[in-house]
Amino acid sequence: MAAPATPSAPSGLSLNRIIAWLAAAFLLLPILVVIPISLTPERYLSLPKTSISFRHYGSLVTDGRWSKSILDSLVVGIGATVLATVLGVAFAVGAWRLGAPLARRLRLLLLAPIIVPPIVHAVAFYRAWAALGLLDTYLGLILIHAMKGLPFVVLTVAGALANVDPRLEQAARSLGATPRQAMGWVVLPQIRAGIVAGAAFAFITSWDETIVALFVTSRAVTTLPRRIWEGLADNIDPAIAALGTVMIVLTFAVVAISTLRSASAKA
Amino acid sequence: MSTAAATSTGGSERLYWLMLLAPCVFLAVFYLVPVLNVLVLSFTVPKPGLANYAELASNGAVQRVLWTTLRIGAITTVLALGIGYVVAYALLQCGPRERQILLGIVVASFWISALIRAFAWVALLQSKGLVNSILISTGMIDTPLSLVRNELGVIIGMTHYMLPYAILPLYTSLRGIDDRLVPAARALGATPGQAFRWVFLPLSLPGLIGAGVIVMIFSLGFYITPAILGGGRTIMVAEFISVQISETLRWGLAAMLATVLLAAVLLLVMWLSRFMDVEQALRK
Repeated sequence: MAAPATPSAPSGLSLNRIIAWLAAAFLLLPILVVIPISLTPERYLSLPKTSISFRHYGSLVTDGRWSKSILDSLVVGIGATVLATVLGVAFAVGAWRLGAPLARRLRLLLLAPIIVPPIVHAVAFYRAWAALGLLDTYLGLILIHAMKGLPFVVLTVAGALANVDPRLEQAARSLGATPRQAMGWVVLPQIRAGIVAGAAFAFITSWDETIVALFVTSRAVTTLPRRIWEGLADNIDPAIAALGTVMIVLTFAVVAISTLRSASAKA
Repeated sequence: MSTAAATSTGGSERLYWLMLLAPCVFLAVFYLVPVLNVLVLSFTVPKPGLANYAELASNGAVQRVLWTTLRIGAITTVLALGIGYVVAYALLQCGPRERQILLGIVVASFWISALIRAFAWVALLQSKGLVNSILISTGMIDTPLSLVRNELGVIIGMTHYMLPYAILPLYTSLRGIDDRLVPAARALGATPGQAFRWVFLPLSLPGLIGAGVIVMIFSLGFYITPAILGGGRTIMVAEFISVQISETLRWGLAAMLATVLLAAVLLLVMWLSRFMDVEQALRK
């Protein structure tokens, strides 16, 4: 790799920057392909040549299988987000207030669902959920997705709490607030932006989760990733591109909103 | 309420301990027990003993799959690190506006679903796909190149997925290097190449190793991208495990491979924690 002729001066179009822009184009390539394919007027996978059409977006609404999957993904995603957010905020606030060495150890347990490979989760939950009768139920998938989203809530909320002074809670208590009042009126309002961002991450995690869903669900619960997977297996349908476009736009909207909210909360 | 207010800080402490421990109990029951059960299965199914682990030495198919997994993981790691290093280096050099746009693209691409990306790569790379039709219509080739449903397709898709995981920690690490050191080396007579090789590169080594371990951790367990872009011909360990469960019903073998995969990942994480803050690295 060639170092630039003048290491500190940023001027000129160096080889490094050309490669960086090529890499950025490579990263954006799927979006640049999926959006045009979703607008093709043909039934098969192609780029629109003479005209564009929104028929594949229409079939997402009119085709009952797609609309059921969208609904299933929303139900599971919202359930998992609520559970992950409640548990994650509780853990992060508890660890922050107590600051015990035990809390730091326990945090490793909470982060495990990010590190453990999804296929290991799939094997584990398939066995356990079969024993508990939770296979192919909304509750079963909500529980799993909540555990997968939990680490992101803990990380984000712990980040927000790092800027809050623990003495505030003690001050509220000494002024006569009950433990619950101190929590609800003093601690939680200060970390609202972190909680919203954590919840957004948890929702996206659930919305996107494929591998475990493939194992623990079949007919009754068919989330979008499962539906897309099945679509990819039999024939490649431009409706997947339409759905992909919707998912990309939705994901970026969630990320942008949570980023803006946390930015405005910091200001 | 008045009685609650009258209690000392002990009431507070109890509430916070409850908040801390309730999620842990939840995870212990619904997460830890199922995962540890996989470990147990690997020693007990179909019959107690080490028979499943003996397959590591005797079963040719298992060895081939593990070798494929390691090989593709290593190639992906090298490619992601190589490209990622150049991008991170360029991010240091370019102006603030350009940096903001490039970083925005990298962060945004984190969030595109692996399934949608695999779909896009199939559309691009298949024999009647966009890349081949462009190459044929411009007369550069006569017969379509086989770019997907083989190892090449898997490597393209995985490098694409892993690139942001390499760029962001590398950029953080390179940004931490004192930017007066390279000019100092130059002033002492080093050529630009020497200043880079002897000063900048050694200082960036911990970041490079850390980013490499992160990419390797995620590459080893990859399922979606190899399964779709490999088209059943290039099989990595995660897909192999899934076949053992859903088709051949060899639970013991699947549990053994899952345990081996988990052990490999945990060892890599422990090693990683020596180079960088693991929690920081996992944050998207």
